[in-house]
Amino acid sequence: MASVTADKTLDTSGLNCPLPVLKTKKALEELQPGQVLEVISTDPGSKADIPAFCQRTGHELVETVEEGGKYIFYIKKKG
Amino acid sequence: MATERLAIIASKGTLDWAYPPLILASTAASLGIETAIFFTFYGLNVIHKEKMKQLKIAPVGNPGMPMAFPPSVKKTPVVGQLAGLMEAIFPGPPQLMGVIPGMTDFMTAMMKKTMKDHGVASVEELIELCKEADVKLIPCQMTMELFGYKYEDLIDGLEPPGGAATFINYVLEADKPMILFV
Repeated sequence: MASVTADKTLDTSGLNCPLPVLKTKKALEELQPGQVLEVISTDPGSKADIPAFCQRTGHELVETVEEGGKYIFYIKKKG
Repeated sequence: MATERLAIIASKGTLDWAYPPLILASTAASLGIETAIFFTFYGLNVIHKEKMKQLKIAPVGNPGMPMAFPPSVKKTPVVGQLAGLMEAIFPGPPQLMGVIPGMTDFMTAMMKKTMKDHGVASVEELIELCKEADVKLIPCQMTMELFGYKYEDLIDGLEPPGGAATFINYVLEADKPMILFV
């Protein structure tokens, strides 16, 4: 269970590199600064790629949860 | 902020080699890097209206190719077990098989199915994503003339055809330039 609440959820289950990152970028564009996006992914590559995306773009990776083969990321849009 | 530019040279026209430039470019653009792909030689086929639909995987001369049946096939009873047996015996398709007529098409169909089963985007999809992310797609003028491709034979949304100088100038205008050759 995550300790943050998301303003929006993006489910990329079944999609592979680079789609989870590209869809995350698009979904973040629709949020206001400070809002939190929840990204669900089944691509093991996203475990490293989503943090790299956040580091590069300045959005804050608040929390990462791994459960039942799914990776769930909580990303706060930069202000 | 200092400008960062990634320029990728795409020179190959097979299905497998169409992917790396498109994946890297769309991702780099989503990371906020100005990105361009220069399509030269067989790479032009990836942005050719007709030829992009016929990109193939060549089993001949590709000893690294795995004998990989799509997961959906392997789940099918009997056929799946046979496929599993084939994979266990042949780690890759024997090179000789490549000369059998239709084998390239068969391997291509199998690879496309495998990619779909794994949620890998199609070439068309990745090109659209590149365009949406403002990746500049530049066809090489010289090879267009060499192959007899007209600008209208190529997909929409491309930059005007350019040459080596245009490309190198585009890259070096940035504070942090990077070039990849694929």
